[in-house]
Amino acid sequence: MTALQVSNLSKSYGEGNPALHNLSFEVREGELLSIVGPSGCGKTTLLKCVAGLVPATRGEVRVHGEEVSGVPEGLAVVFQDYGRSLFPWMKVGQNVEFPLETLRLPKAERQERVERSLAAVGLEGKHERYPWQLSGGMQQRVAIARALAYRPKVLLMDEPFASVDAQTRSGLEDLTRRVHLEFGMTILFVTHDIDESVYLADRLVVLRRSPGSVLAELVIELPRVRDQIVTKSLPAFVRQRSVVAQHIKDAS
Amino acid sequence: MSAAHAPAGRRAGGLAQGLLARLGPVVLAVLLWQWAALAAGSPFFPPPGRIAGRVAELWFSEPLLTERFWQDAGPSVLRALTGWLAGAALGVVVGLAAGLWKAAAGYVDPPVNFLRSLPKPAIVPVFLLVFGSGDLMRIGLITFGCVWPVLLNTMQGVRSVDPMYLETARAFHIPPRTQLLRVVIPAALPKIFAGMRVTLSLSLILMVLSEWLLADHGLGHFLITAQRTFEILDVWAAIVLLGLLGYLLNVLFLAAERRVLRSRPS
Ligand SMILES: Nc1ncnc2c1ncn2[C@@H]1O[C@H](COP(=O)(O)OP(=O)(O)O)[C@@H](O)[C@H]1O
Ligand SMILES: [Mg+2]
Repeated sequence: MTALQVSNLSKSYGEGNPALHNLSFEVREGELLSIVGPSGCGKTTLLKCVAGLVPATRGEVRVHGEEVSGVPEGLAVVFQDYGRSLFPWMKVGQNVEFPLETLRLPKAERQERVERSLAAVGLEGKHERYPWQLSGGMQQRVAIARALAYRPKVLLMDEPFASVDAQTRSGLEDLTRRVHLEFGMTILFVTHDIDESVYLADRLVVLRRSPGSVLAELVIELPRVRDQIVTKSLPAFVRQRSVVAQHIKDAS
Repeated sequence: MSAAHAPAGRRAGGLAQGLLARLGPVVLAVLLWQWAALAAGSPFFPPPGRIAGRVAELWFSEPLLTERFWQDAGPSVLRALTGWLAGAALGVVVGLAAGLWKAAAGYVDPPVNFLRSLPKPAIVPVFLLVFGSGDLMRIGLITFGCVWPVLLNTMQGVRSVDPMYLETARAFHIPPRTQLLRVVIPAALPKIFAGMRVTLSLSLILMVLSEWLLADHGLGHFLITAQRTFEILDVWAAIVLLGLLGYLLNVLFLAAERRVLRSRPS
């Protein structure tokens, strides 16, 4: 089953050079697809087109077969800039619960979901804190918990770990992988980090810059359950990461 | 930070020192004024000791506040606060609408800036004609003065809401009404409060001004009557009381503001 289909997608902001040109790829149900490319190649633009936050100039995006016009149902986004996507006047618990109120879930169920998703990201007992009282890595985990509590069928993540320290980052990568496997969630993961893209992905799409378009696609040959140290020393990992690096180098 | 770890004695000492540093200059200035007034002996500049005595006698004796206090200050403060609140409410509502409706910006900004820059006393004759010489004129004038800063601040607050907040809200299908109440207004709140803080003192100014005209009670009336009858001591007493009221209102407002915004990063 195809969860997400991008066909001949192009996007220009106003007059200038197009940000995306004729992009096509698909994400299967329950798959984690990494999109990797240098910064400025249109990754965020692509993600916003998929999320229905900006309109495509040409081509189309289908989520579960339905063409995206507004924001599709059953989709959640984790933005790169957690500091600006969590609401500072809401406590951690309220931030996670806020989108659930619009789903018209009963209070008890909302609270259960808040509990469970905060526990899933290792933030149990932090409901009453304000996001800005937490470290960057913890804030990004709140943003992930908010997306998880929403129970989306498709999760979009835009360079979510670009601004947290290396240690925290490994932890968050493993968290992403675990969520993907445990909840069977379809994830589109955007990053400029080659190691991260290979480590996380079931399949991977490399983008080139100006205009953003698909350069290569490869299936990642790693076991489903991964480990930062063991997986990253597997020959398959080493080989595939240099394939991706070579693609990106050739293109620039 | 370091105060928390300091021994209790030193902390108390530090507090006393801070208080002294703050009040010291005030006390010194008052003493100088007292000395200068006594030395000059001018009837127009009575020494602060006598002014304080007059203030106490007029307004702060008997149990705590005299009946005169309620007669003089009561209606004045009521007018100022009513006008201030009406202006703030109007400013917030119109400011929200104007801030949200981006296409209207070009039409809204110039007239608002024009009206804001208008010296408020200039509009008094119009208000007198339209509303007569009663409280409606006075409260109307205060409202008119207080609307613009709140309106402008609210508008700017709404326009400068981080687009990421709105994008996040949109990504989670938050309906427009909820976006307004739970995202836009909280994000604009610090700016709205800043506008209301400015207009609080403006409301007192306009209150005094409006009570100079055809009023038969209130602090502005007291002040202008004292001046006309050469009760110099009463003039000074009224000035001091107005200063005290302004200070008190500001302190109360700051406390309320801090309480509402306490959940924000500093
Ligand atoms: N809102 C916008 N208006 C105009 N140009 C934009 C906008 N957003 C992005 N761009 C341009 O589109 C290109 C791709 O940007 P972006 O999607 O943010 O790339 P990435 O996320 O890969 O860094 C860049 O050249 C950027 O300057
Ligand atoms: Mg980006």
